[in-house]
Amino acid sequence: MDWMPVAIFVAFVGAVLGMSFYFARKAKSAAGYYAAGGNIHWSVNGIAFAGDYLSAASFLGICGMIATAGYDGFLYSIGYLAGWIVALFVVAEPMKRLGKYTFTDALDSKFNSKGIQLAAAISTLVVSVFYLIPQMVGAGVLVTPLLGLPHAVGVMMVGGIVIVIVSTAGMTSTTYVQFIKGGLLVVFSSIIVVALLVRGLSTEPDQGGDVPFYKYATLAATEVNGALALEDASWAIAGTKDVSGVTLVKAVKDGKATWFKKSAKDGRISLYECQVESVGADGATLINGAPASADNKLRQVGNLESIEGKKGAEAATGSLGPFDFLAKIGSPDTVVKTWKALKFEAEGQKFTVYAPSFTTGNKVLKPGQKFKVEGTPLEKLDFISLMLALFLGTAALPHILIRYYTVATPAAARKSTIVAIAAIGFFYVLTLFMGLGAMSSGVVNPADNNMSAPLLARSFGTVLFAIISAIAFATVLGTVSGLIVAASGAVAHDLMDRYMGLHMPDRRKVAAGKIAAVVVGIVAIVLGILFHGVNVTFLVGLAFAVAASANLPAILMMLFWKKTTAKGIVASILVGISLSIGIILFSPDMYELYGMARADAPIPFANPGIFSIPASFLTLIVVSLMTQSGGNAGHNPDGHKA
Amino acid sequence: MFHEPAAKQGRDPATEYKTRLGLWMFLAYGLIYAGFVAVNLLWPAAMEATVAMGLNLAVVYGFGLIIFALILAVIYNAACMKEEKRLEGSSGGEG
Repeated sequence: MDWMPVAIFVAFVGAVLGMSFYFARKAKSAAGYYAAGGNIHWSVNGIAFAGDYLSAASFLGICGMIATAGYDGFLYSIGYLAGWIVALFVVAEPMKRLGKYTFTDALDSKFNSKGIQLAAAISTLVVSVFYLIPQMVGAGVLVTPLLGLPHAVGVMMVGGIVIVIVSTAGMTSTTYVQFIKGGLLVVFSSIIVVALLVRGLSTEPDQGGDVPFYKYATLAATEVNGALALEDASWAIAGTKDVSGVTLVKAVKDGKATWFKKSAKDGRISLYECQVESVGADGATLINGAPASADNKLRQVGNLESIEGKKGAEAATGSLGPFDFLAKIGSPDTVVKTWKALKFEAEGQKFTVYAPSFTTGNKVLKPGQKFKVEGTPLEKLDFISLMLALFLGTAALPHILIRYYTVATPAAARKSTIVAIAAIGFFYVLTLFMGLGAMSSGVVNPADNNMSAPLLARSFGTVLFAIISAIAFATVLGTVSGLIVAASGAVAHDLMDRYMGLHMPDRRKVAAGKIAAVVVGIVAIVLGILFHGVNVTFLVGLAFAVAASANLPAILMMLFWKKTTAKGIVASILVGISLSIGIILFSPDMYELYGMARADAPIPFANPGIFSIPASFLTLIVVSLMTQSGGNAGHNPDGHKA
Repeated sequence: MFHEPAAKQGRDPATEYKTRLGLWMFLAYGLIYAGFVAVNLLWPAAMEATVAMGLNLAVVYGFGLIIFALILAVIYNAACMKEEKRLEGSSGGEG
């Protein structure tokens, strides 16, 4: 193990913990624990917003998805940033005016309703847990290449550290951790992008000379009466397998078996070498035919087969400007090689074959690789649903909303949102470069794309890799801290103090919040281990859909529709949660996660927002109109109870 | 009460102006964002077209949405501050 990166990583995490203990002294009251006393400067809060928001999903997930699906990953950047428009123009100042510690406070400020307190607290808990899952998954993938530890250990490390942070200091510590982390993330991501542009593009990336470029074999074949024959007589065909519409061919040379992907174009048949991982009944794992070990792992992948029609030495570009970089990758004469996992069982073994795909640059730099904008009406609906949820989800995330209570005034809430938009927007521009950089630099782990950005950093040296990994780990720590503060606030403040009417003294409220933080942290650890291997930004996209369905209709209608009633809000939250989660649980992506066939999923799309958000609005309107006499406590534009 | 605002706020006379302006700007951005989704669905080939500096429409529109959000945010803040300042005499707790 290289100890220098480990030392940098441990020092960084130690500094975060030290800061946490330092600020613990300031968090004796409930206001200090849940809202940092309302004394954070708007500029610090703005960068802390960025720190909260640029979670594992943004840094790990988006870059990973761009590295494997091109522009489709960038759709998340666009949607996540657009969501801040809703936060700034519609939600920021009213939320600050109406609430104290939690979003439930604001929602309930006009009604003082037990139903709203219960429903909003449940919603906060559910959304926070949904959002926690990808953060924990991100933590797990980070520690494996850096510290050589298994995924589950990484998840438990983050869970343990965050439980210590949150149960000591609360929102003050979380804010300053997020401020530092948010700033460092933007600065070091910029450094990666500059290094990438200086290095330029080539068709045989070798990670700065550290990892020789592996040339995969391509075999020419002919087909006679349905039987394949190879032109190179040193290879012999040993079998074929059709998986998800792809024909895989097993060929043998010198006694060693290799899997190939069959491709027919212009009347010619080509077989492209794949990578394969097989697990036997005894649990023994083979990678590309040899036992898995520290020296025999899946090769990192992702490269350009040609750049504007050129290959090899003549294709190397040297240093590029940012626009030239994008233009060269997006050229119709550039060919990008990406990889897709195909799973099947045969001969008593479980196989995962990583098969190459070749896509022209103009198709990579437009939507369509993951979200089929040119597909069936259902696939188009799925795309609309995703973009809707991303747009409306930000302003409904409990851990973002509670940050409005850490500043002194509504104007400070507005200004901190603008600082956040500037920092987050700049970072999201960088994600496109980092993702495409990973895609073209041979650094992507074909089994888990979440580490693409840190592995891109490693191609520029282990110091940058260690710093970036430490920042990414702190990213997870900070976001998980914020989520757990939000969840513990929902339990101790919304449920215990307000809904159950326990009216505990300040110290007991803080203690209850800390106990809740420990419990939520343990739940997050378990879920983080279970969801290993799923792209984290995909998971966050689902959390956005749940938040947008459960919370946003209630917030908007409470602010802008005078006939909104408490019962309408409760019904809207419950319908939004149950419908969005129900659709997610029965979607093809989740069926794949359960180990079942995607085609067996009863609901044929993954993103629920297009149905659950309007259903939540409609429910609120109908129930409010039906309960005008009894449920409405009256409307007051200043937000105080009538 | 425990659930009232954390920091005491004076009445903000600019609230109505800021709310109205915010809604209009939200609507303006929402239309541009919806346009992005619509172009992708209705004219997906248009996203491949090179429009400026060798960049295709997908990249330019995507970056444009990010930059437009920041521009609108700055304009919104300037307008709000101007209105808050104008009404300063009758306002209590803004800062």
